[in-house]
Amino acid sequence: MLLAIENLSVEIAEKEVLRDVNLAIGQGETHVLFGKNGSGKTTLLMAIMGFSGCRITGGKITFKGVDITHLPINERAKLGIGMSFQRPPTVRGLKVHDLIRTFNNNSEETIEQVAGNLNFTEFMERDINLGFSGGEIKKSELLQLIVQNPELILLDEPESGVDLENIKIIGRVIKKLLQKNLRRQRFKSGLVITHTGLILNYLEADKGHLMLNGRIICEGNPREMFETIESRGYEECARCQR
Amino acid sequence: MSKIDEKAGTALKKKALYGPDIDLDSFKSEAAPHKYDPDLSLFSEGEKKHIEGVGFLTSHRERTGSFVMKDHSPVQCSIRQDGVELLSMNDALKKYNGLTDYWWKAVDIDADKYTAQVAVAFHDGYFIRARAGIKAEYPVQACLYISGEGIAQNVHNMVIAEEDSELHIITGCTTAPHLKKGLHVGVSEFYIKKGAMVTFTMLHTWGEEIVVRPRTSVWVEEGATFMSNYVCMKPAKSVQMYPSVRLMGRNAVARLNTILVATKGSDLDVGGRVSLEASGAKAEIISRAITRGGNIIARGLLIGQVADVKAHLECNGLILSEEGRIRAIPELDGWVAGVEMSHEAAVGKISQDEIEYLMSRGLSEDEATALIVRGFLNVKMEGLPKELQDEIERIIYETGSSVF
Repeated sequence: MLLAIENLSVEIAEKEVLRDVNLAIGQGETHVLFGKNGSGKTTLLMAIMGFSGCRITGGKITFKGVDITHLPINERAKLGIGMSFQRPPTVRGLKVHDLIRTFNNNSEETIEQVAGNLNFTEFMERDINLGFSGGEIKKSELLQLIVQNPELILLDEPESGVDLENIKIIGRVIKKLLQKNLRRQRFKSGLVITHTGLILNYLEADKGHLMLNGRIICEGNPREMFETIESRGYEECARCQR
Repeated sequence: MSKIDEKAGTALKKKALYGPDIDLDSFKSEAAPHKYDPDLSLFSEGEKKHIEGVGFLTSHRERTGSFVMKDHSPVQCSIRQDGVELLSMNDALKKYNGLTDYWWKAVDIDADKYTAQVAVAFHDGYFIRARAGIKAEYPVQACLYISGEGIAQNVHNMVIAEEDSELHIITGCTTAPHLKKGLHVGVSEFYIKKGAMVTFTMLHTWGEEIVVRPRTSVWVEEGATFMSNYVCMKPAKSVQMYPSVRLMGRNAVARLNTILVATKGSDLDVGGRVSLEASGAKAEIISRAITRGGNIIARGLLIGQVADVKAHLECNGLILSEEGRIRAIPELDGWVAGVEMSHEAAVGKISQDEIEYLMSRGLSEDEATALIVRGFLNVKMEGLPKELQDEIERIIYETGSSVF
């Protein structure tokens, strides 16, 4: 397994948000997390990434066989975990371009090309996330991820706040990021949170998980799960006990 | 006794409104004179490097003119463009019969004991003038340098931009590397006429025991622009300044940017004041302060005297150590309806969210913090020549790095 989460419990501000979560993602697999607002999906992503606001009270996270449960964020990033944030903070005075330059040894041409593919060139000299629209934030996040080139990609609602035209661009980029265009030798894996399901049109997810009140209560075919949620709601999907 | 001396005489003991009171008698009023030294051949390599650190290029490449005052003596004064004038202040006073239309017009002689001291014991300074319609190709650079232990340097500068002219000035003030004690008092009067533009960039690197009291006033006429960038990288024991800009003509514009870093033992009380006195006037005051143990008071005052003026004030502070204090004091003073003035102020530590966001891209905590600090200091200084902008960015970058 690339990522193995065992009996993970997490508190935020002394309140239990995740309880006994188990999840395993193999190399080359893309999984989808469904669940109502407030069910704990984002917390799970933040806990995998290692944010200090998420205090792990039990369980274990293993990535590529390494126990990362208490590893600092940047060391997890160096091991190959990357995340696209739903609402990343603004860093005033720090230009997108200047941040990306610090990541690794990507050539300027590569960076420019990636920005061009995302139709993002004109934002490269802007302060990160300052006055960005929903779509611009997602593009900035994806651009950073592409340059960072992680093996496990955590995407928190990559399509929220994005107009239909830009969803196409973002969808195509995510597909490439997760190597969904490769039939063989795919080694990138993903864990994606979605509410609208629109992103499923682009990334052929392998497995879906439903979170309710901080627990993963069922898993199955992501498309079937999404259809059930769409037509009958989260509770009904939870009841089917696949 | 001249009228100037008479007026100054009444204020020789007058404490300044802000900043710790300084005993002026504890500094030497006399200093050994220095020979005129146009190639700076009497400066050691170390000293040259030191003044280069405040933006003064000893090569003079891409500079329209250069002026160096060492202690009380101008040692270099050269100009390379017709229509731009650069003289020592004493020479300018002689040449233009005392410059009576300008001398002590914008700055009050009796404002406090520091202005009074400059009036009665004036040493020298620079006089820069751009003739009407002349645009200086490169910045004019000036360096005010203190090398004598314990001396007071009383400077009076003047900048006149005639109609539709353009001037960029870089002033670097610094002290010899070994110097402990010293006092720099600098009166600067700016007269920016119709349609002219002046950018004034001041870089300060002081010794630990140096006291600094600049006194600056700027008069801006119709359609003219004044932009000031003040960067204090290596702070002195005490700096107190509150430059004052009057936007006197329609559509006059002022932008004041200040970047301050205070280390332990330093006390900075630095602000900017703009009064908007004609319709269409616009002003922006932006200050970024970082303390690593020192005390900072960041002031800002906008006075909207007439309708149809617009101004914004920003005072942001970052506390990077257990000790140290930042007081941000933004003030708005509207005299009539129809003024549009706003301010924002924030003082705090670096947000953990921002640090962790950058760490999630693989940066260490220190790297992330340094990037955020650099970003915080990276004020957009619009309208500057690119070369100057790059230079300021380089200095900010180095300051950001040296904070850790």
